[in-house]
Amino acid sequence: MAISESDVKKVAHLARIGLSDDELKLFSSQLESIIAFVDKLREVEVSSVKPMSHVLEMDNVVRLDEKKKSLNREEVLKNAPESLKGHFLVPKVIE
Amino acid sequence: MNYEVVIGLEVHAQLKTNTKAFCGCSTQFGQEANTQACPVCLGFPGSLPVLNEKALEYGIRVGLALHCQIQKLTKFDRKNYFYPDLPKNYQISQYDLPLALGGFLEIELKELRKRIGIHRAHLEEDAGKLIHEGDHSLVDYNRAGIPLLEIVTEPDISSPDEAYEYLVSLKAILKYLEVCDCDMEKGSLRCDANISLRPQGAKELGTKTELKNLNSFKAVRDALSYEIKRQKELLESGKRIVQETLLWDESGEKTYSMRTKEEAMDYRYFPEPDLPAFVIRDEKIQAIKDVLPELPEALKKRFIAQYGLSDYDAGIIVAEKALAKFFEATLRLYPKAKLISNWLIGPLSYELNSRNMSIESLSFSVESFVSLLTLVDEARISNLAAKEVLTQMCNTGASPEVIVKEKNLLQVSDAGELEGIADKVIAGNEKSTADYKSGKANALMFLVGQVMKLSEGKANPKVAQEVLKKKLEKWGKDA
Ligand SMILES: [Zn+2]
Repeated sequence: MAISESDVKKVAHLARIGLSDDELKLFSSQLESIIAFVDKLREVEVSSVKPMSHVLEMDNVVRLDEKKKSLNREEVLKNAPESLKGHFLVPKVIE
Repeated sequence: MNYEVVIGLEVHAQLKTNTKAFCGCSTQFGQEANTQACPVCLGFPGSLPVLNEKALEYGIRVGLALHCQIQKLTKFDRKNYFYPDLPKNYQISQYDLPLALGGFLEIELKELRKRIGIHRAHLEEDAGKLIHEGDHSLVDYNRAGIPLLEIVTEPDISSPDEAYEYLVSLKAILKYLEVCDCDMEKGSLRCDANISLRPQGAKELGTKTELKNLNSFKAVRDALSYEIKRQKELLESGKRIVQETLLWDESGEKTYSMRTKEEAMDYRYFPEPDLPAFVIRDEKIQAIKDVLPELPEALKKRFIAQYGLSDYDAGIIVAEKALAKFFEATLRLYPKAKLISNWLIGPLSYELNSRNMSIESLSFSVESFVSLLTLVDEARISNLAAKEVLTQMCNTGASPEVIVKEKNLLQVSDAGELEGIADKVIAGNEKSTADYKSGKANALMFLVGQVMKLSEGKANPKVAQEVLKKKLEKWGKDA
């Protein structure tokens, strides 16, 4: 499967990663070889295999609807780039 | 040209659990910002989500009430996008194996019944709340991770009125199931709409637009009406509809474009590796089915059949679960269904609406309400006085007997006591008296009114009428 530079550009944009032209070229070819490697799986006969959504042999893991202590606000805001009035402060996101 | 309107609705219902969908943080509304967040709902590396069993159960409840097929195998997926209200940069949602598929909800509009197909219902987590201030935005993650059920209709809705009716019916069902507060102001119920037009009879769907920022059922109806007009004008002038997301501007009563790049909406769903799949067994579905409450449709039919209520009255009473409960509780103590329903739909609803209050917050008991009805029924107070007593009951919570005594509202039903007043009225209204004698029956009602007035509303109008009639028979004969 061919990976074009515009595919890489799009994926990079969706992941908010800025790439230089050189990097675009480099990653396009690297991604192409990775995908070619994974593509080998297509050769396996799977018509009798059930689709799998999880690698672990478990299901129905639930918890009771019981309250646990949340973090205190200072701890929560430690990860904020900036904060104001107990909120995370971010650049305006509305157009 | 005539156009056919095609509408689909997407409702997000916040499930009324105590804790979030995948962590033990509280879901309580109105707490200080960022005090209900933890490593799981903030998406810290190494934290693991675990599904709240109540969220799953509530989702199944709704799916069953909407006649959906609950899926035997269901799983969660990550919906990836960057937005500051999403701490993990993905939302845990359901993509190809949703909880429930293919149901319907029956609505009634102008006495016509119509089935609106339910395409699917799936569980997902809510995002945080953004507040825009100046040139920055503030983020509160208290809401992030609260369980939502997204309920998507088929494009079966053909008018804004049908959309409105669908929402009213859906809200009633969610309230009956006790899974959602349905408070649009608090955001516990949200609705987006898709709408397109096509020439009458055409097979292919037209280009649709998506409407957002609909903050009430009325806003949904108004925005759809506006959008029908806008799309029609575009089509009739030979222009094409642009597929886009539009925001409803409630004060300006128009839609405007969000101007986002639609191509950016590539969510790259993939299975959530932190949550193993869910196998929902028939026994679990049956157990939930067994305890489903009686839903508004069924209740309405029963009220009509069992208590002889009219379709209209029954419809109003079942529209709100608390009202239906109050009705049945009153009925158990006082078996006069029609009388009770008249009082609930009329005076009591008036009192509640004028106070913007729900019946759950009434300051008096069902027993007090029954005492009031008994006082009227036994003609001890007039209908008019009873309404005044009800107002007082709503204000103070005092018992009707106490109010009647304090305000001296007991009706005078004793003919002897009313005779003096009747004499005065006859003496003072010669023209009406003469009119009555000459065969104008209406004149009697005027005279009864005068007796009521003189007695300060306390005369029993029936008795007053009898007394007047008797006196008028004699009047003129003596003279
Ligand atoms: Zn949490």
